[in-house]
Amino acid sequence: MSPEHRWGMAIDLDRCTGCQACVAACHAENNLQVSDPASAAKGRAIHWIRVDRYYEGEFPEIRVKYRPVLCQQCDEAPCEPVCPVYATYHNDEGLNVQVYNRCVGTRYCGNNCPYSVRFFNWFDPVWAEPLQLQHNPDVSIREGGVMEKCTFCIQRISRAKDEARTDHRVLSDGEIQPACVQSCPAEAMTFGDLNNPESKVSQLAESGRATQLLEDLGTKPKVFYLERVK
Amino acid sequence: MAHATIPYQQVRNDLWRPLAGASKHYTLTLALLSAVALWGLIAWGYQIHVGIGVAGIQRPVFWGFYLVDFVFWIGISHAGTLISAILRLTDADWRKPVTRAAEAITVFALMIGGLFPLIHLGRAWLFYWLFPYPNSRLLWPNYRSPLMWDVTAISTYLTGSVIFLYLPLIPDVAQLAERATGWRLRIYKWLALGWTGSDREWHALERAMKLMAGIILAVAVSVHSVVAWDFSMAIAPMWHSTIFAPYFVVGAIFSGLAGLIVALIIIRRALHLERYLLPHHFQNLAKLLLLMSLLWLYFTFAENLTVWYGNEPKEMNVFGARLRGRFAPEFWLMVFVNFVVPFVLLGIRRLRSITTATIASVGVLLGMWLERYLIIVPTLSLPRLTSAWGRYSPSWVEISITAATFAAMAALYLVFAKLFPIVSIWEFEPHAPEDE
Repeated sequence: MSPEHRWGMAIDLDRCTGCQACVAACHAENNLQVSDPASAAKGRAIHWIRVDRYYEGEFPEIRVKYRPVLCQQCDEAPCEPVCPVYATYHNDEGLNVQVYNRCVGTRYCGNNCPYSVRFFNWFDPVWAEPLQLQHNPDVSIREGGVMEKCTFCIQRISRAKDEARTDHRVLSDGEIQPACVQSCPAEAMTFGDLNNPESKVSQLAESGRATQLLEDLGTKPKVFYLERVK
Repeated sequence: MAHATIPYQQVRNDLWRPLAGASKHYTLTLALLSAVALWGLIAWGYQIHVGIGVAGIQRPVFWGFYLVDFVFWIGISHAGTLISAILRLTDADWRKPVTRAAEAITVFALMIGGLFPLIHLGRAWLFYWLFPYPNSRLLWPNYRSPLMWDVTAISTYLTGSVIFLYLPLIPDVAQLAERATGWRLRIYKWLALGWTGSDREWHALERAMKLMAGIILAVAVSVHSVVAWDFSMAIAPMWHSTIFAPYFVVGAIFSGLAGLIVALIIIRRALHLERYLLPHHFQNLAKLLLLMSLLWLYFTFAENLTVWYGNEPKEMNVFGARLRGRFAPEFWLMVFVNFVVPFVLLGIRRLRSITTATIASVGVLLGMWLERYLIIVPTLSLPRLTSAWGRYSPSWVEISITAATFAAMAALYLVFAKLFPIVSIWEFEPHAPEDE
């Protein structure tokens, strides 16, 4: 039996303005640590989604292109086999799941991720007052010494599935929106079920404008970037 | 054989002498080394208490000094076992005063090296999750991970090399038990396993040694291959390389030999064993070191040539940073001390002496530490997506722990040399079965 769902995302790079609303929304939704400037400068800031900037041309004839990069939820994820304790594994809906309680912190997964989207908790998290008051109760706080990364807002997926089950209905396309998708003012991001050929994300992924990041590595990402084909 | 001229009774007296009493120098050195080692332990305790973040590692350089030290010490451990096993299997007679010192290095270097995977864990107190033990939640470690191969290989190697060190120690502790008193007597008696020196026992010992030499050789090769696979199984630029396993084995023997030469020179001076550790021993070891230096150069050349010719952008970022970028000083220093110095000092016969062998060996130890640094840090600093590029510099915690391991190694060695004859006594016995 093939699994009911296979979650995927499409990000339209021609729409992305690089506003970073997705980054802020992700922080709020997923209880991400907020770094102080010193540790951020050291490379210890945690952003499950980040906006990479690419420059084309020379000043003043310069164009900036933005690419939001989050965990690509690879079907052939290089991070998974290297974990000695199965703290990162593939769930039956195709997500790379990180089990915080199982992680011992070898950080091997972080080294083997070609997208550098895995983050480590160097210390126990602290929030400057009053940020601790806005924690999302659906998302666990990660202790120092464990890896973390984008989950495609798995708490929202679970909640939507539960609600649909209670109401005896099937999930409708677009019902689930991860925080980044929900907050994108340019509506550049689309989330949905790749197993459903009618879903918007499936159609975008098949649209011919879709590419995958570092596609040639064979990691089979489930995040598709849409770009004008020149 | 030069020492055949020394009467056996004289050999016994000479090699027993270092075991008696402790000079002021000895106590002072041991205290100093223990203090440095203790400081490292305090630093480690601090790291566990506050968080692994007190180390300098950060994203994307998730592995730093700790993994460098890990590979370095596992490499040093190849001194003993491999060298002494090869020399035993080939019946090289000159090995006799050298093997015990080498085998002891193996055991202590492994004990130290084996600590690093633990030290570097984000949650070190959960290290036992890496062992396959039965538990109520039916959780099992992931044997697809090279780190699990590491756990298996290193624990096998440690067990094997302890046996390999212990077996030829039995006749010596039996002799020691005859003249020792007090707590020493109890230790020696217990370790001697009731050895009486009968023909049957000698025969069994000889067979066991031959067998262990063969086994330990295979295990040693597999251990450093597995350590190499920690890196080459990952798809990071310049890690994903088929050459790594043999390259690491060669590098390990190379650094192990250098470690052995340094240890022997110190033993020779400190314990006044000039009549046992003769210039020709150092000549032979120096020649071996030269051979390994050339092999190391060959592997380094082959590795870099392939990357350069392939000219893949992601790999070339790392290649460029190493050969002409920000890691270039370390890279060329490594080539200088690993190849140029040994080649000149040991390759030219007129220059080859105990002093130059010492200089070359100290250089090789530095060079091989740098080699591991240059394998780990540049690759991790320059991942595929340029937006994630980063830098790494160690914190005082990493430096303290690194320094402490060198001190701990020396301290363990000092204690060992005080408890057991660092040069095997019975192998000088005129009628030891191996001579027949």
